[in-house]
Amino acid sequence: MTQFLLIAIVVMIFVVIFQIAKASEYVSVLKGEEKARKQTNKINAFMLISFLIVGLIGVWWCNDLFFGRTLFPQGAASEMGQKIDLMLYITIGVTGVVFVITQILLFWFAFKYQEKDDRKAYYFPHNTKLELLWTTVPAIFLTVLVVFGLKYWFKITSDAPKDAVVVEVTGHQFGWEFRYPGADGILGKKDYKLTKGANGLGVNFDDEASHDDIHVSTTMHIPVNRPVKFVINAQDVIHDVGLTAFRIKMDAVPGIPTTLWFTPLYTTEEMKVRTGNPNYVYEISCDQMCGKGHFSMRGVIIVESEADYKKWLATQEPEYFTIFPDKKPKTDTPAVADSSAKPAPFAAMVDKK
Amino acid sequence: MSTTAVLHGEDIHAAHDAAHEHHHHETFISKYVFSQDHKMIAKQFLITGMIWAIIGGLFSVLFRLQLGYPESTFPWLEDLLGHWAKGGKLQPEFYYALVTMHGTILVFFVLTAGLSGTFANFLIPLQIGARDMASPMLNMLSYWFFFTASIIMFASLFVQTGPASGGWTIYPPLSALGDASSGSKIGMDLWLASMAMFIVSSLLGGLNYISTILNLRTKGMSMTRMPLTIWAILFTAILGVLSFPVLLSGAILLLFDRNLGTSFFLSDIVVNGKILPNEGGSAILFQHLFWFLGHPEVYIIILPAMGISSEVMSVNSRKPIFGYMAMVGSMFAIAILAFLVWAHHMFVTGLNPFLGAFFVLLTLLIAVPSAIKVFNWLTTLWRGNIRFTVGMLFSIGFVSMFISGGLTGIFLGNSSLDIHLHDTYFIIAHFHIVMGVAGFFGMFAGVYHWFPKMYGRFLNSTLGYIHFWVTLIGAYLIFWPMHYEGLAGMPRRYYDFSGWESFKMFAELNQFISFVSILVFAAQLLFVFNFFYSIFKGRRVTSENPWGSNTLEWTTPVNAGHGNWPGEIPEVYRGAYDYGKDGRDFIPQTEPVGENESHH
Repeated sequence: MTQFLLIAIVVMIFVVIFQIAKASEYVSVLKGEEKARKQTNKINAFMLISFLIVGLIGVWWCNDLFFGRTLFPQGAASEMGQKIDLMLYITIGVTGVVFVITQILLFWFAFKYQEKDDRKAYYFPHNTKLELLWTTVPAIFLTVLVVFGLKYWFKITSDAPKDAVVVEVTGHQFGWEFRYPGADGILGKKDYKLTKGANGLGVNFDDEASHDDIHVSTTMHIPVNRPVKFVINAQDVIHDVGLTAFRIKMDAVPGIPTTLWFTPLYTTEEMKVRTGNPNYVYEISCDQMCGKGHFSMRGVIIVESEADYKKWLATQEPEYFTIFPDKKPKTDTPAVADSSAKPAPFAAMVDKK
Repeated sequence: MSTTAVLHGEDIHAAHDAAHEHHHHETFISKYVFSQDHKMIAKQFLITGMIWAIIGGLFSVLFRLQLGYPESTFPWLEDLLGHWAKGGKLQPEFYYALVTMHGTILVFFVLTAGLSGTFANFLIPLQIGARDMASPMLNMLSYWFFFTASIIMFASLFVQTGPASGGWTIYPPLSALGDASSGSKIGMDLWLASMAMFIVSSLLGGLNYISTILNLRTKGMSMTRMPLTIWAILFTAILGVLSFPVLLSGAILLLFDRNLGTSFFLSDIVVNGKILPNEGGSAILFQHLFWFLGHPEVYIIILPAMGISSEVMSVNSRKPIFGYMAMVGSMFAIAILAFLVWAHHMFVTGLNPFLGAFFVLLTLLIAVPSAIKVFNWLTTLWRGNIRFTVGMLFSIGFVSMFISGGLTGIFLGNSSLDIHLHDTYFIIAHFHIVMGVAGFFGMFAGVYHWFPKMYGRFLNSTLGYIHFWVTLIGAYLIFWPMHYEGLAGMPRRYYDFSGWESFKMFAELNQFISFVSILVFAAQLLFVFNFFYSIFKGRRVTSENPWGSNTLEWTTPVNAGHGNWPGEIPEVYRGAYDYGKDGRDFIPQTEPVGENESHH
């Protein structure tokens, strides 16, 4: 019943608007079309200038409302991310000035040069100097932005430092798997054709390097203030490792491993304080459409102190032993990385197949 | 030029035919259905486009309901959609189908076919002074291929497993594997078949537009005297003809991968516990093929809108468009660059960083011709004597939107910033403003401006003004705040954000956006109503040239028949923009240059 009422009201509103519109057409015929047209012209000119003023105030207000929620004021949580933030502010500054000037000119000209009986339009078909001016000025500004951008682009995409913690990230419908190389610092080889049952990642356990590898799902631990390198895979369709707090992301493509690296600056606990949100947690969002569960493909990153990270790593059992419990050494010494663990050489990552 | 002489002969012949037109009895079918008159074909494109726009818009309202009110249920949705909205709540599969179809419909069926199809067909012969297109038959086929594409796409909405749901960019492997998504079953094959038809339509149209513009201009209509609308359409057609075939090839390879067991885009895949035998393909290859069309596609949408807005702004400012040659030159530059920037959609695919650097450079280069265009539009308004017709308001709105959306392109084109903003609501805001809303505004400007030429009647202007103001304000209210969601990293194509610590702070904003989008959609229905009502009951056009315009279409009779001019095609003596010259309000292109006329 309420739905019916709602539809009736909507239809009524439409009919009323239509009747007004129809009536105004008749009125304009009665009043003289020229006169009516000039009146509407004035109203629209006034509307345009009002839109400009209210709009610019609205832009300010909107910024006031939402900028805080973007968590940008807190700054990025990675070293490179902070530089990206700076670059973003500079770009906002440059484009913001252009935005305000051009929008003011657009609506101000429209208002100022509205049709008047005593005005004649000024015949001004072209002016080479002006045109050269607004070709070169934008070109110069853009050159600056390009140079700045490319400098960071090459830094972001450069090879990870040698001491980086390596984690293999695998996306699948709809979740994340993480693999740590273990004490030997080498990830064991994989072959997707071995993916079966408990061996969800298709690890080739004939490769001894795989025997100390640690496999965890959904939640990853990494140490603070140390470069972390992700080696990224996907099992079924394209996913994307989105790390908004660190200002970085990278696609996970089946058959084509990719990498990214960053240096986290704050532990999860520190971020809870910085954001004032006691539930804050670093999240991995899947940023590439991957099917019906795309929106729920959530991973969690716990950034913690080096000591806590090591402690956590020590409690993890290598995947080899969870799959083949009979191979577990009788003495209950956990096979984990000690503090002298060598980071994985990059070649081993690439050669994982 | 020898072609001119030949043309002239044909003109007389055609004029002769036109004179005899009254004696022929045209059947309903030959006049309204399988018509070869470019004006009727234009109207067919426009009305089909409008129907698609309503469907595509309605889809966005449905998925905005989910985004705005993820906790609520709407029992009437279940009555309407059955198991797609079990318990009154859109199912994720269907949400993604809606998102996909919304994108596909609006980008291709509305803003490509509906915009180019309408105005290229309508304006080319009328503005260059031709009886019809170079090949009216191909032109008719172009519409009917589009119609076939429409039928197939529409049918795909009703298959049991649902229409394509992998996003309008249909990236494989998701789109290639029925096991990965129910939308990648028969719905995806229908999508590809429909797009193949669509591409054929677009090619037939494009070839026809190019050959007509190059060959059938009336005497005196040199290239540099053509209105900017025609230039814009020419560049659009060239872009389409050169880039759509690449998408077609991608679509065909994808069909092979789906149905014939090839591995162009597939490698190392375990889906649903099944180990696929495909090895050696590259999922990224498809993205290159897709974006080689996909990027020019956005210029295929925006160039006609630019051309229309330029024309409408000049007429209603009573001033020449500022810097005609610079306008043509910048469109040419945009058309060239359009082919060289596609990989800026792929900065996070693991692209070679060195290659990425070139795409950054070339992408940001596009800002230069874009800036030239904006400043030239502003200067066109400067010291004009502006009449705010509804078409003019939409043109001003177009420039405003083009500025807002264009500037955010500078963020996204710069790869290091794009890494953060990629696939977030920032990009949604960017392309909806600069391509969606601006494209629509250009289209609306064109419809309001040329409606009198199409139907011999005016659209109701009060309804037009309401339509404009609600749409302009609403579009900014919808898309401006989305930039902030994007800065926070809120990913696009999410069905529900409530499970995310990083993104759930925008719930109220999403609700607000959804509410406004329903209002804006309602305003579009007002336009649709105005359109159909005015075809039959609108105020009649009494003079041939109601806007005081220079271009040739306004020298034809109010209700021009097939062949456009009852007598000979007029000869052209000047460019299209002699407004306010030597103190005269306007000087039509058909008026010979006077002895004492000043050279500008």
